[in-house]
Amino acid sequence: MSFWNRHKIFEKNSIILIAGILVVIAIGGLVEITPLFYLKSTIEAVDGVRPYTPLELAGRNIYVREGCYLCHSQMIRPLRDEVERYGHYSLAAESMYDHPFQWGSKRTGPDLARVGGKYSDDWHVTHLINPRSIVPQSVMPGYPALAKAELDPSDVAAHLRTNRAVGVPYIDEQIANAAADLKAQTDPDGAGSDAFQKRYPKALVRNFDGKPGNPTELDALIAYLQMLGTLVDFKLYNEKANLR
Amino acid sequence: MTSPSSVSKSISKSMTMGEAGLASGLAVFAFVSFLGMAMGHDAAFSFHAALACAASLISVVVIGNRYLDRPAELPPAEINGRPNYYLGPIKFASAMAMFWGIAGFTVGLIIAMQLAWPALNFDLPWTTFGRLRPLHTSAVIFAFGGNVLIASSFYVVQKTCRTRLAGDLAPWFVVVGYNFFILIAGTGYLLGVTQSKEYAEPEWYADLWLTIVWVTYLLVFLMTLVKRKEPHIFVANWFYLAFIITIAVLHLGNNPALPVSFLGSKSYIAWGGVQDAMFQWWYGHNAVGFFLTAGFLAIMYYFIPKRAERPIYSYRLSIIHFWALIFLYIWAGPHHLHYTALPDWAQTLGMTFSIMLWMPSWGGMINGLMTLSGAWDKLRTDPVLRMMVVSVAFYGMSTFEGPMMSIKVVNSLSHYTDWTIGHVHSGALGWVGFVSFGALYCLIPWLWNRQLYSLKLVNWHFWISTIGIVLYISAMWVSGILQGLMWRAYTSLGFLEYSFIESVEAMHPFYIIRAAGGALFLAGALIMAFNLWMTVNAGRASETEGTAALQPAE
Repeated sequence: MSFWNRHKIFEKNSIILIAGILVVIAIGGLVEITPLFYLKSTIEAVDGVRPYTPLELAGRNIYVREGCYLCHSQMIRPLRDEVERYGHYSLAAESMYDHPFQWGSKRTGPDLARVGGKYSDDWHVTHLINPRSIVPQSVMPGYPALAKAELDPSDVAAHLRTNRAVGVPYIDEQIANAAADLKAQTDPDGAGSDAFQKRYPKALVRNFDGKPGNPTELDALIAYLQMLGTLVDFKLYNEKANLR
Repeated sequence: MTSPSSVSKSISKSMTMGEAGLASGLAVFAFVSFLGMAMGHDAAFSFHAALACAASLISVVVIGNRYLDRPAELPPAEINGRPNYYLGPIKFASAMAMFWGIAGFTVGLIIAMQLAWPALNFDLPWTTFGRLRPLHTSAVIFAFGGNVLIASSFYVVQKTCRTRLAGDLAPWFVVVGYNFFILIAGTGYLLGVTQSKEYAEPEWYADLWLTIVWVTYLLVFLMTLVKRKEPHIFVANWFYLAFIITIAVLHLGNNPALPVSFLGSKSYIAWGGVQDAMFQWWYGHNAVGFFLTAGFLAIMYYFIPKRAERPIYSYRLSIIHFWALIFLYIWAGPHHLHYTALPDWAQTLGMTFSIMLWMPSWGGMINGLMTLSGAWDKLRTDPVLRMMVVSVAFYGMSTFEGPMMSIKVVNSLSHYTDWTIGHVHSGALGWVGFVSFGALYCLIPWLWNRQLYSLKLVNWHFWISTIGIVLYISAMWVSGILQGLMWRAYTSLGFLEYSFIESVEAMHPFYIIRAAGGALFLAGALIMAFNLWMTVNAGRASETEGTAALQPAE
């Protein structure tokens, strides 16, 4: 009896009802989210993970813009069949510079977390423009417009700067040379190629879409796809090192 | 020339603070938007700024006209001792709900067919699956569902508090501002403006606008509660209040972003990687829990007792239902991230609370269904009530399925497959869709003081849509489980048995069945739109008869 009577305080005071709701809904979120920001075990220390190059970042933004995440996950689970199909299970560190994350929730198409290096650039060019010319059963849309759209180098530095503001460790030199690096990554014989590779060690430098001229959206998207999941060298990765 | 009395009247007439404030605020906003349009860094941003500029200017004109046309006194809160209910904004939101419902179901049908016949993508940037899918989800959840929730909450809070809705222009600002948000969000998706967070795709400026609208919504609702004439706050209003507050909290938590330029559409979200994933599904699952559940449970708690003319089965059960539901739901998000790089402890917490969530969900279902005690015969004669009761049954089914799918071993099979899509649609089409249809079939006659045009058409709607739902969800169950099993199948020699593309090929017949189910659901909604249109526009002849037969709910 008393309990039901005491509940009347919520039924008769809208402000107390609001306060009650706020307290009750805050608990779960606080317990589950806040520790992720300070528990060291959330993101393991792994060698090789680096911020995206300007071209890869542009490609990633195209991936986001076209809603690729709606059909392709980027999160390999530690299950036998997934590890055999896609490669080593995904590490938290591998998406630590992703704003926003692209883990996805649906596999209408296959997982792309480690698609980098699995197919040639030519394959990607053909596949992105007309998927069914290379995989007849595919239900993926074609993206012929990407090959024609040139990237705009004017605000690349601003993109890197914004990323730095939300926590991605770009250095001043990378921001200052962002627009030049965008082009340098598609031009292996160009003057800026060496300096670019110093700023982004082991990044792929080549003409991704196979066409001469300024980098296109197709260049950017393929550069992004070709680096996915390749940053960590799993021959050197010690699974036990991060056990706590 | 005017008579002396009207002259004295027009002298005493002056703009309210709200009218003057909103009109001048919108005039400033129109100017700022104009600058944004002229200086925008990308075409989509300039287009949206142009829309904002035009909408603001039109609103200023409408506010001015409304002022010139209205009498000096604002409408009284009471007439002859009875509350003078404010129905205009509710009528607008109800009509928009029907419009967006048809639009959202249509886009859903298109993308379902694209998965069966990919040529329908037309390979144009703005018609591909990746851009239309957020348009579908936002149109059905936020545009259709949101308008139903705003309309019904404004109606229920007035009726159950026996008082006129708070504010004069504020309720209009909420309904028009909310639909403008939908317009910006939807056109943005087609132009590739998205932050790629599922169910939170709109970019930073749309998010800011929604924040303003939503705070106004909370204030209108709250101030109406504060000036209520009833000592108790009716149970439906608890659920509406929890829905409004929690959506505000979720929206602010999931969306903090830094734009690359304040004159461009692109932004980067403050959270990254694991933390972003956790924020996203804390938001995503509670968009289900508070938008698609708590809000529509409020509809259940008002419209089912009203339509069945029976009291709520158990008041105490509704108290337990309320607090347990809102406490447990918030924890369930991590079940979207099983076996991912999210720490194990968070996954386990998410699974545990998801399973516990089964109990309050079924408590609520029992409370809704048992309200029909002594009135079960009405299911035979009243298809509107039947629709709402079947929606509660679907609610029970999907709130059993959900906890089951949140168990890690089950999830290892179901995650990433069509099973999830099937689960979502049994909740969305069966529960949210049907309870919304039921509420609109009640609301429209009440608001316009008409008799429903045809119960027979409601019956057709019910059966066509039910068959559509059954086709949809059973196709997705089969395809989802088939997908999951094919991905993990091994040959006797220990090799993976199927390539990925073989699983895509196997989905084809189920995608056709699913599209057929969606087409039926859309056909039902079109029948409904016709029925409601005729109710409002052709019901005039039987107006006196209508008012006598169907008094608005008290």
